[in-house]
Amino acid sequence: MELKGKKVIALGDRDGVPGPAIEECLKSAGAELAFVTTECFV
Amino acid sequence: MDLENQARIKELGEKYGPKELVVILGSSDPDSAELAAETVTAGDPTYAGPLAGVPLGLPVYHILEAEIKEQIDPKVYEEQVAMMEMVLDVEALTAAVKKMREEHSQL
Repeated sequence: MELKGKKVIALGDRDGVPGPAIEECLKSAGAELAFVTTECFV
Repeated sequence: MDLENQARIKELGEKYGPKELVVILGSSDPDSAELAAETVTAGDPTYAGPLAGVPLGLPVYHILEAEIKEQIDPKVYEEQVAMMEMVLDVEALTAAVKKMREEHSQL
């Protein structure tokens, strides 16, 4: 699955990888972020 | 999963569909990864939110999966994710998300 050119939903986790960190990574892969959030499962 | 987030995902999933839209998770444990992956593919298994009974079938991956990692600029990955990669169970997270993807994603 190629990320380049895809729209992406980043569902981060406060205790794992947060949304903004996923966003930075995916932008570097050429994806377009459609929605970024960070959930808290506590 | 947060109900407001489910509503936003439902809207985007119905607008773009599984060919254009991908979900990337940053979950810290395999159970929450599996639950999130199931919610965006088969629908909300807790029947609490807007995605209850809505099988969007979106492709879903964890940010730590090799297939995703190899597409990210190594410098950015190192800055943003490498530390969490050392403390999280990458194998279990990959297996949990892959299972849901293979069962329920349309692509």
